[in-house]
Amino acid sequence: MTIAGGVLVVVGALFCFLAALGVLRFPDVFTRMHAATKAGVIGAGLILLGAAVASVDTAIILRALVGLIFLVLTGPVSAHLLARAALISGIVPAVTANITPVPAQNTDSASQNS
Amino acid sequence: MIPIVTDIAFILLGLAATMVVVRIIRGPTLADRILGLDMLSLLGIGAIGAFALRTGLYLYLDLAIALALVAFVATIAFARYLISRGRHP
Repeated sequence: MTIAGGVLVVVGALFCFLAALGVLRFPDVFTRMHAATKAGVIGAGLILLGAAVASVDTAIILRALVGLIFLVLTGPVSAHLLARAALISGIVPAVTANITPVPAQNTDSASQNS
Repeated sequence: MIPIVTDIAFILLGLAATMVVVRIIRGPTLADRILGLDMLSLLGIGAIGAFALRTGLYLYLDLAIALALVAFVATIAFARYLISRGRHP
């Protein structure tokens, strides 16, 4: 179990490294968000899971699973809200990203109920 | 086994944090910086997990859960601020 935990931790750290590389290298906020959300959440979750698997204890594994589920639940929500905020605040997607932006419909209501 | 593995993980997480800090400094818009802060908190969660494996103090996994909660709320608050600020490209 120690070997499995160590492999999970190294793979998770590799995912985090690749996510940060994507955040540094991608041309746009909306493409950087893909790297930071998907690869970043999976990397941090795999490190938590590896640290839990290495300790053969049910309570610790359950605790790490709670943290992993929380990360997976809250990552897309915050990324979607940040993407919507970036689109409303007038950031145009890069041409190389090949995204056709949908015009934000309820800009006024969103700025009113803040 | 465990010290080598956690050393590799700490080196990779440190390089990742350096790249994210470069993005936060260079980021053209405010949304880039908010995204960088979110990514830094994720890297902090990973570093806490690696530290818990290194020292055997598995109590730190609770700290990782708390950091995930605080980072979520902070990102939501920053995004709401970005919406309420209006159009400033």
